[in-house]
Amino acid sequence: MSATTPIAAPGSGSGYRPEAGLTERFLASKAFAVSVIVLAIIAAWYAFAVHMNTQWQIDIYNRGNVEWTTTDLVRDTLNQARPVLPAPHQVAVEIWNTTVMMDPTSRRSLIYHAWITLSATLLGFVIGTLLGVSLAVGIVHSRAMDKSVMPWVIASQTIPILAIAPMIIVVLNAIGITGLLPKALISTYLAFFPVAVGMVKGLRSPELLQLDLLRTYSASRWQAFWKLRWPSSVPFLFTSMKVAIAISLVGAIVGELPTGAVAGLGARLLAGSYYGQTVQIWSALFVAAAMAAVLVALVGLVQRIVLKRMGQAA
Amino acid sequence: MEKPSQAVASAVGSSVIEAKGLGLTFQTADTPVQALTDVNLSIRKGEFVSFIGPSGCGKTTFLRVVADLEQPTAGEIRVNGMSPDEARKSRSYGYVFQAAGLYPWRTIEKNVALPLEIMGYSAAQRRERIARTLELVNLTGFEKKFPWQLSGGMQQRASIARALAFDADLLLMDEPFGALDEIVRDHLNEQLLKLWERTNKTICFVTHSIPEAVYLSTKIVVMSPRPGRVTDVIESTLPKERPLDIRESAEFLSIAARVRDGLRAGHSYDE
Amino acid sequence: MNTTILIGAFAFWLAAWALNSWLAVQRPANVAAQRAIDLFVPVLFGVTLLVLWEGLARGFNIPTVLLPPPSLVWERILASSHILWADFQQTFLKAVLAGYAMGCGAGFLVAIAVDRSPFLKRGLLPLGNFVSALPIIGIAPIMVMWFGFGWESKAAVVIVMTFFPMLVNTVEGLQASSAIDRDLMRTYAASYWQTLFRLKLPAASPFIFNALKINSTLALIGAIVAEFFGTPIVGMGFRISAEVGRMNIDMVWASIAVAALAGSLFYGVVALIERAVTFWHPSVRGG
Repeated sequence: MSATTPIAAPGSGSGYRPEAGLTERFLASKAFAVSVIVLAIIAAWYAFAVHMNTQWQIDIYNRGNVEWTTTDLVRDTLNQARPVLPAPHQVAVEIWNTTVMMDPTSRRSLIYHAWITLSATLLGFVIGTLLGVSLAVGIVHSRAMDKSVMPWVIASQTIPILAIAPMIIVVLNAIGITGLLPKALISTYLAFFPVAVGMVKGLRSPELLQLDLLRTYSASRWQAFWKLRWPSSVPFLFTSMKVAIAISLVGAIVGELPTGAVAGLGARLLAGSYYGQTVQIWSALFVAAAMAAVLVALVGLVQRIVLKRMGQAA
Repeated sequence: MEKPSQAVASAVGSSVIEAKGLGLTFQTADTPVQALTDVNLSIRKGEFVSFIGPSGCGKTTFLRVVADLEQPTAGEIRVNGMSPDEARKSRSYGYVFQAAGLYPWRTIEKNVALPLEIMGYSAAQRRERIARTLELVNLTGFEKKFPWQLSGGMQQRASIARALAFDADLLLMDEPFGALDEIVRDHLNEQLLKLWERTNKTICFVTHSIPEAVYLSTKIVVMSPRPGRVTDVIESTLPKERPLDIRESAEFLSIAARVRDGLRAGHSYDE
Repeated sequence: MNTTILIGAFAFWLAAWALNSWLAVQRPANVAAQRAIDLFVPVLFGVTLLVLWEGLARGFNIPTVLLPPPSLVWERILASSHILWADFQQTFLKAVLAGYAMGCGAGFLVAIAVDRSPFLKRGLLPLGNFVSALPIIGIAPIMVMWFGFGWESKAAVVIVMTFFPMLVNTVEGLQASSAIDRDLMRTYAASYWQTLFRLKLPAASPFIFNALKINSTLALIGAIVAEFFGTPIVGMGFRISAEVGRMNIDMVWASIAVAALAGSLFYGVVALIERAVTFWHPSVRGG
C-alpha cells in the first residue's frame, strides 16, 4: 500500500475546480441572470415605446408644423399623454401618483380599487379552500363520492366560469345578492378546483405501509385522518393554495368587468379601455400583478413557517 | 487527429487499459474526498477483471474514469492506447449501468438499436446486429416487447445486448446484477461467462459480492476506501471452464479468503 | 309551486344516489363491466343534476330570466344554432386554435433554448414562474388597442396565456431524464441534438402533454374573456355579455353549453393524443 498522494496542483485535470471566487459565483448566480434579463426587457420596452409611438408623434408634429430632431422624437414619444405603449417611467409615475400621493379613500386611488378587488379575492379564496378541502375529504373517504363527484369536479373546469361571470353577476344581483359576494363566488369556483385536486392527491399520499400500520393499531378512520392523512397532505395544500390565490384574483378582476362596475382593478382596466387611457390600463395591470405576487409570496411564507414547525424542509 | 484504428489494441495480449499513479480527488463543500489514489493497473486483452470493495473504495469511479465520465486529477490513464476522451469518441467500449436504463417508449429491439442509430449503422446492419446480440443473451423472441413487460433480469440482459451491439472490444459493467435476487444472479453469472467465451471481449466488472468476483474473473482487484486505493491484485488460478458448483471447491474458497483478507487489510469492515 | 314535479325530482335524486352508491362498491371480475360502471356512475350523477335543475326550476316556478330549465335552453340551442355556429367559428376556430398553436409552439421553442443555455435557465425560468401567477387576462384591453377588435387581438391574449405553462412544463420535462440516461448518451459520444431527439424529448412528453391539456382550457377562457373587452358583433364572449345585457338568459346558457362542449372536446382530443404518445408512462399504463 502506498502513502496517500497529495492533492494535485490546480488545473492538472479537468475535474479539479478551485473554490470559486466571489466574482465567479456572482456571475453564475440566479440573481445576476434574472437581473440581466429584466434589464434587457426594460431596455427593449423603451425601444418599442419609441417605435410604436413614433407614428402618432409625427402626426402631432405635422399638425403643429413643428420642426423636430431625433432627440425630440425620442423624448416626446416617451412622454405622450395617450401613448400606444407607455414608457416604464410613465407607468411608474402614474402608479406613484394614484397610490402614495393620493388619499386611499378617494375614488381615484388605486389603493381603494385594489382593496375592493382584494376583499373579493380573499373571501372567494377562503370559501373556495374550505370547499375544496371538504370535497377532498369526502372523496377520499367515500367511494360513491369518489366515483360520482370526482369526474364532475374535473369537468367543472371545462365550464369557462370566467366566460359566464357576467351572467352570474347579473343573476345574483337580480335575486338580491350584490356587492362583494357575487365576485367572491366566481373566485370560489376557480379556487376550489386546485385545492380539491391537490388535497385528494395529498390525502391519498401516505404509503400503504403507513395505513396498514394504523390498521394494526385498530385506529378509526377519523384517527387515521387526523394522525396520518392530514399531516401528509399539508405540503399539497400549500402548493394548491398558491395556485388558488392567484386564480382567485383573476376571478375577482373578471367579475368586475360585466356590469360596468365602477370600483376595483378590473373596473379600472375596463374604464381605461373604453376611454383610451393607456397609462391607466398599464398602471392598474401592474398593481394587479404586484398584488398577485405579494399574495403568492405570503402563502409561500406561511408554507415555510408551517412546514418548518412540522419538521419538514419547505 | 486521425482516429487510431482499433486493430492496434486487438493484438493478443496487448494492453487495453493502462493506469499509472491515477488519482481523483473531489472538491466537496467541506473536505476534499480522495476517491482514487495512486492506482497502478494493467489490463490486457481478453481478461475478465473484477473490482471489489465496499462503497467509497473507488471501484465505480475507476470505471467511470476509463469511460471518460469523470476526469482524473492526477496520474495518467490510457484506453486502447488513447486518452479516455478519444477512446469514447471512437466508441471503443460498451457500458452497462446498475439499472438497465432502457427507454420505456422503445421496444427491446429498438432499445438495442439505440447506439447503432446514433453511430450511423445502416438499417440492414442494425437488423443483423440486433438479432445476433439478442441471441447471445437468450432474448430471441422478445424483440417487440416493451421493457416494462420484462422482468428485472431480462431487462438487464437487454442492456447487455445493447452494449454488445456495436463493435466495442471492451465491456465496462458497473454492478449490473446488484438489484437482482440471488437465484437470478447465479443464472446471469453463468450466461455472462458463456458470453465472454464466445465473444472474447475484455470485461471490467464492478461488484461488491465476493463469490461473484471470484466466480467470474481471471483477475480480481481488491479496493478499499478512505482514501480509495487498490489493496491487492489477485490472478485467479481457476480453470476457464467453471460450472456453478466450483464455488464449493477448496481452490475457490482459498481465493475468496485472500480477497477477504485484502478487504480487511484495507479496513473495509470498519465503520 | 308545483309539488308533484318537486317530489318527482327529489325522488329521482334519491334513487340515483342509491343506485350510484351500490354501483360504486361493486367490483366485477369483468374489466369491460368495470369500465362500463366507471362511465355510468358520473353520467348518472350528471343526469341527476339536470333532472334536479329542471325539477327545481319548474317546481318553484323560478323566473326564466334567472334560471331557465334545461329543456328551455335546449330549445334555444336548436332555434339559434346558426348564430351559435358563427360565434363558435369566430372564437374557437380562429382565436383559440391560432393562439393555442402559436403560444404552445413559442413556449416549446424557448424551452429548448433555455435547456441549451444554463444562463437562460437561471434567468428566464424564475421569471416564467413568476409571470404565470399574474392575472395575464388583464392584457386583453391592451391587445385590443394594438391589434384591433378582430380575432387577432384575442389570439394574442391566448398566445401570452398559453406560453408560460408550456415553457415551464417543457423545461421541467427536458430535465426529467436521469443521470444514467445522460451518461449512456455520453458513452455513445452522441451529439446534443441526437440526445435531444432520442432521449430528452420522448422523456419530456408527459410534461409537455400536461401543459397542452392545461392550455386547452386556458385558451378557451382567454379568448372568451378577451372578447368582453371589445369585439365585432360575433363571438362567444360577445354573445354572452350582449345577451346578459338583454336579459336573454336562456341564450346565455345556450352559449355556455356550446362553450363547455367545445372545451370538453378540445381537452378530450388532447388527452387521446396523450394516451397514444405517452403509452409507455406508468400513469397511462395503469401501473
